[in-house]
Amino acid sequence: MAKNTLYDKVWDAHVVARLPTGQFQLFIGLHLTHEVTTPQAFDMLAERGLGVAYLDRTMATVDHIIPTDNMARPYADEQAEAMMAALEVNAKRHNLNFFDFASGRQGIVHVIGPELGMVHPGMTVACGDSHTATHGAFGTLAFGIGTSQVRDVLASQCLSVDPLGVRRIEIGGALGPGVEAKDVTLHVIRRLGVKGGIGYAYEYAGPVIESMSMEGRMTVCNMAIEGGARVGYVNPDQTTFDYLRGREYAPDENVWDRAVAHWRSMASDPGAEYDDVVRMDGADIAPTVTWGITPGQSVGVGEPLPAVEEFDEADRPTVERAYAHMDLRPGQKMTEVPVDVVFIGSCTNSRISDLRAAAEIAKKGRVAGSVQAIVVPGSQQVKAQAEEEGLDDVFRAAGFEWRHAGCSMCLGMNPDKLVGRQISASTSNRNFIGRQGSAEGRTLLMSPPMAAAAAIEGRVTDVRELA
Amino acid sequence: MSDLGVKAVTGKAIAIHGNDIDTDRIIPARYLKAITFSELGQYPFQDERFEPDGTPRDHPFNRDECRDAKLLFVNENFGCGSSREHAPQCLRRWGIEAVVGVSFGEIFAGNCEMIGVPAVRARPEDIVRLQAAVGADPSIEFTLDLDAMRLSGGNEVVDLEMPENRRRSLLEGHWDTTGILVGNAAAARGVYERLPYTSGYR
Repeated sequence: MAKNTLYDKVWDAHVVARLPTGQFQLFIGLHLTHEVTTPQAFDMLAERGLGVAYLDRTMATVDHIIPTDNMARPYADEQAEAMMAALEVNAKRHNLNFFDFASGRQGIVHVIGPELGMVHPGMTVACGDSHTATHGAFGTLAFGIGTSQVRDVLASQCLSVDPLGVRRIEIGGALGPGVEAKDVTLHVIRRLGVKGGIGYAYEYAGPVIESMSMEGRMTVCNMAIEGGARVGYVNPDQTTFDYLRGREYAPDENVWDRAVAHWRSMASDPGAEYDDVVRMDGADIAPTVTWGITPGQSVGVGEPLPAVEEFDEADRPTVERAYAHMDLRPGQKMTEVPVDVVFIGSCTNSRISDLRAAAEIAKKGRVAGSVQAIVVPGSQQVKAQAEEEGLDDVFRAAGFEWRHAGCSMCLGMNPDKLVGRQISASTSNRNFIGRQGSAEGRTLLMSPPMAAAAAIEGRVTDVRELA
Repeated sequence: MSDLGVKAVTGKAIAIHGNDIDTDRIIPARYLKAITFSELGQYPFQDERFEPDGTPRDHPFNRDECRDAKLLFVNENFGCGSSREHAPQCLRRWGIEAVVGVSFGEIFAGNCEMIGVPAVRARPEDIVRLQAAVGADPSIEFTLDLDAMRLSGGNEVVDLEMPENRRRSLLEGHWDTTGILVGNAAAARGVYERLPYTSGYR
């Protein structure tokens, strides 16, 4: 069992009780909600005559189902309109702190929670979305949950959970040029596998993580779940505190020092014990691209695709299925693969630093004639910031579409979808079959600069070689 | 759902082959736009069961002889990916009452438990034999016994595993945790009042 880690400290501070089943009741410091996984939960609350227990620890926004090209109501998709209306009714009925379009602060729930300064080191966080681990970047334990658990958190501000082991993933050295946080997280999943993290919380550490911006850390933690780990986190440090200072829901100046002292105390102790420690070297990480149907099926952009025999026997049918679905072959290089669509966005990579990095590449050329490229900022505030910096003009001038904030083409729940066999270069988090809205569609995951480079060249491109 | 515990599940089984079958494959996101779970029983594996033009494919969930199956035999990391409870909800509402696999996505396993569906583990070689048995004869009746943690049917008797906490909550019928959690409201209030951030670090 791990000892004196951030995981242990946050857990201990939030345990309410041991339940009769042996599970633990954990208090949840921040409940982030959105339109997709709440309507049934609110209905269940109503059936039981229960309300929202801690309004001050609950917020709501809308992200998954909204169209990003035209926000006018009613939405053309009747189901999306009904889902949005249901959240509006529930937000009003329960008096939720609701960040809708009119608030000017709407966006992807995992972008706006941090951006508003709501996520503090040492908290527990829950949200009906598997990418909730994103908030671990601040030194929190952040749990992705299902709808019945959303009901539990609304009713009690608590979850019933089993403890996890803690695996420290230490990434030493430094990243080479053109290598991004996205490449780090894809590399970790490739090395440890998509099921390697089952039963663990991942503590990301080491010089590569310590020198990363908060936005990079969010990208890394965001994909912990793709490696099987329900929770991922980074110990809080000066970078964390600097990010939070002055944000709307951050502690005010009168109590700032006290807050920072508390946050520092929640970090893993130097002598903390772990259930497992894995070490990697930043110098071994190249710009990385997925070629298959799980986020673990990836290669450095210059490597040939692996032979089926290189995988464990039990995984070979999935590898064969991946090659068949993607219409790729072992030995092939990803830089030979043309793309039809480029999607820059999602809770993994839609923050201002992602857009800046993509824009730097967009300045170098124009979107290839056959490619549709869309840029979808993660929030209204990211959009406004990008527009203030003129990034929207850079993208438009290069032939990218500039959209409103939302989940967009990550998951096929809104009008932004692949069609037929289209293949996309996507900065999102999942390359599952059908993920981007077409059962035949294909997804290549990569970083924002790599995606921008693919847009310009019309095929997967090593961003380091782009003149 | 009943408040009585789940002690055993008896019925025919379906085998779904492959590691890392994600929740987008179990239920594509477009079906998450409904604001109730009530219709979801129609949609498990929708995009694998039908051609894009709607023509049914040969898939276990389309076969008449599987229509009353209650058990699902799967391989490693089944239900990885999204937290959508719609995945176990669609399987349960189709008729699946228990899932037996080598391993599960963690959120999926938790969501199964929340709606009273046992997600239990068996050794990889046992799963392969069970899947082969179902392939050869879909009419075999299996019994999953959560008390003995054993699955039997045809010529097979297989040992099962699941976290003891989860097993107990299923056996005792405690999977709907809202009442228990709300019952500890005073203790939860105590934790809330001790946490520095809830009072703005004052």
